[in-house]
Amino acid sequence: MITQSSVFDFVQRRSFIELDARARAASLLDSGSAIELAGPFDRMQSPWLPLQGVAPQSDDGCVVLKGRIAGKPAVVIALEGKFQGGSIGEVSGAKVTTALDLAVRDSQRGSLTPAILLLETGGVRLQEANLGLAAVAEVIASVLKLRPYAPVITLIAGTVGCFGGMSLVAGVSSYVVMTREARLGLNGPEVIEQESGVEEFDSKDRALIWAIDGGEQRVALGMADLLAEDSVDDISLAIRTCLVKGVPSVHRSELVDLYRRRIGSLDVREQIDPVQLRAQWGETEMKGGIR
Amino acid sequence: MESMNFSYPKANKPVTSRAHVGVVASGDLEVLIEPAQTSGASVSITTSVHGFQDTWKVVMDRFFNRFDKAVEITINDAGATPGSVMLRLQQAAEVLAQ
Repeated sequence: MITQSSVFDFVQRRSFIELDARARAASLLDSGSAIELAGPFDRMQSPWLPLQGVAPQSDDGCVVLKGRIAGKPAVVIALEGKFQGGSIGEVSGAKVTTALDLAVRDSQRGSLTPAILLLETGGVRLQEANLGLAAVAEVIASVLKLRPYAPVITLIAGTVGCFGGMSLVAGVSSYVVMTREARLGLNGPEVIEQESGVEEFDSKDRALIWAIDGGEQRVALGMADLLAEDSVDDISLAIRTCLVKGVPSVHRSELVDLYRRRIGSLDVREQIDPVQLRAQWGETEMKGGIR
Repeated sequence: MESMNFSYPKANKPVTSRAHVGVVASGDLEVLIEPAQTSGASVSITTSVHGFQDTWKVVMDRFFNRFDKAVEITINDAGATPGSVMLRLQQAAEVLAQ
């Protein structure tokens, strides 16, 4: 219900989605603790985009900030959704992988370093094709190396969402935090419509898309862990909640039997309804919310 | 895509700081300002839009009417309007002065 105080809170909140990738990453770290690795002045930019007539960005759309959260080490890796759709290329992929591997090295040396991935991405950068695919494989391998030591938390905040290869990275994370506005899916709505026809999935039907890929549904199905409001404070609290929880006893991607059973029990003769699916899956062994 | 360079030898006040603003998003640009390695100021522009070299020159000339620091400016542009370019330059100059 909208009340005077809820309107006041809404107006007073500091939006997270309106920040760019660098400001988002910095907002999660203790003030003054952030150091940027391979920043814009290091000019690690895509060599492939200019060859195809596309202006590059000096950080290749990937911001890596090492710092502290509540006094403890953490690395925040943010993809800039506004540059080439947050797509992952050779250079941005190498930055993500190297940052995760440094967190592994620090964790092995006794300084446990969780990673927070801010994923605003359509997946592999088409202009870099196989290099982008290789980058996704490398990122996944590095997440799997880090997650036994320290949690890897994926945050999907904005409306770009997290799709394609990078949705697999969200899938292998220890925790996934989403806003109501965010979407998570393997194939984006346009891709499904293009491949299977508009009767299968109408990419212009926004209500349908959010009912399937949206944060609320993903949390209700147990595909994501926490739902946060679009505010720096609320998102920061959600991340800290995951950090306190630590490495989960079992990762979502290890629950192969559960998901096999779930998919096996679906009746695909009729169109599956998102609300029904929530009732069917949300009530089984793994509920939404933090494990 | 098009690349171009301009130089402003009269802009010779030394600076020690750097500034980075903006994102190479549709209709936007990023601006990097660093201390110049040589005397005077230089501008290096990469833009995804062809054929606006004269417009870029006018915008940069106007900016350097008032800006007198010896800097290297790098711009990556994804089709920003001259007004947006000027605002980003002024924003970067402000960050530089902080």
